[in-house]
Amino acid sequence: MTEQAYNFAYLDEQTKRMIRRAILKALAVPGYQVPFASREMPMPYGWGTGGVQVSAATLTPEDRLKVIDQGADDTTNAVSIRKFFERTAGVATTEATQEATVIQTRHRIPEAELTEDQILVYQVPIPEPLRFLEPRETETRKMHSLQEYGLMHVKLYEDISQHGAISTAYAYPVRVAGRYVMDPSPIPKFDNPKMEMAAIQLFGAGREQRIYAVPPHTRVVSLDFEDYPFEATRADHVCDLCGAADSYLDEVIMDDAGGRMFVCSDTDYCHTRREAVA
Amino acid sequence: MDGSSLYAGGFRNAPVDAAHAFRAAMTAMARPGDIRPITGAEPPAPLSVAAGTLLLTLCDPETRVHLAGAADRPEVRQWLSFHTGAPLCGADEADFALGTWADLMPLSRYRIGTPEYPDRSATLIVECDALANTGAVLSGPGIRDTARLSLPDLGVLQGNAMLYPLGCDFFFTCGDRVAALPRSTTIGAEG
Repeated sequence: MTEQAYNFAYLDEQTKRMIRRAILKALAVPGYQVPFASREMPMPYGWGTGGVQVSAATLTPEDRLKVIDQGADDTTNAVSIRKFFERTAGVATTEATQEATVIQTRHRIPEAELTEDQILVYQVPIPEPLRFLEPRETETRKMHSLQEYGLMHVKLYEDISQHGAISTAYAYPVRVAGRYVMDPSPIPKFDNPKMEMAAIQLFGAGREQRIYAVPPHTRVVSLDFEDYPFEATRADHVCDLCGAADSYLDEVIMDDAGGRMFVCSDTDYCHTRREAVA
Repeated sequence: MDGSSLYAGGFRNAPVDAAHAFRAAMTAMARPGDIRPITGAEPPAPLSVAAGTLLLTLCDPETRVHLAGAADRPEVRQWLSFHTGAPLCGADEADFALGTWADLMPLSRYRIGTPEYPDRSATLIVECDALANTGAVLSGPGIRDTARLSLPDLGVLQGNAMLYPLGCDFFFTCGDRVAALPRSTTIGAEG
């Protein structure tokens, strides 16, 4: 049941219009971070306030929402955001990737291929890929405007000189439509190749007050070198629950004696595979 | 003018109507060439339903709107002010501009953003007599291979795309349908 005390999807209409204008500009300039007047949300920063605001501005009453946190539908962050929209927007929710029309995600892209009719909303902690290389916003703005991305390649090169390979494993920088270098949010680099998808991808960073987007079928290239090409790595195991050899795995420590198991990070994917066998 | 039409023609259920309209507008912007139905507003003539709905969905006291040519009528101004509170302005200050292609031109009057903030550019809502998936060949972000869209002036729009990442973005409206052309789209002549 919708909480009648709130406007549809919690935010007031003027706030939604402001976010919607930012989303349109973000789609028009793929990978560019559009500033927006992020609001206080009834959850702490770091819990997806940016993603929640983007979802609130995007949802219609007919939508079916799925929320995942590191691939899982049943973790605290996912459950609380799903309940939030059940109460304030009255939308239907689901855990099945294929049934969802809007998917809000923290740090994963679902294993199942997304379709034209779906929208993927990412929660983003630090939207600026150059932030840890250059702390000044005025400078990073200028670097983006001049396509001055050499520093990012130096960072990847230092990975190679220290570790013999590009050791950056998540939030692996990408270049969108041949122009802007973008932080894909802290998804594992295993997910990077999936970003060239049929669905619309929207990114919301609440604390940092930025929205950016990747339209469908947009070229998304992970930065690399000719002699050290990008590799989408995963743990060298199969899922101990469903046997999948193609999914991204979580390593779970089972006891104090070094026992461990590897399981799919995407709970819906793992569950669907086990159902199919049973 | 008839007093009733000034207040009439707004969203019946603002949050839901605006959500549906925005979804249509966003999908159009994300998939250049896609033509989507968009309804909810009943604006005074000569505005189309699609153009009126876009204005109600995106404009408020924080956005400056330029009404070009035939769209700049007292009925439209009053309707827009009553329903959105958006201040009217000249073309060079506009966040949104509305009119026919001929009335909106020349394109050089509009803001194209700055190198650091390319989002600070105008969005043009272009009223069209026809809207069809024929004519110019579009490619780029949001388009799987190529798409086609009836565009008013290839040369001007190609020039706008050359400014990328700066430039204006466009909605094309006809009746209750909308299509969009972001600056990121590569435009080829009919082939």
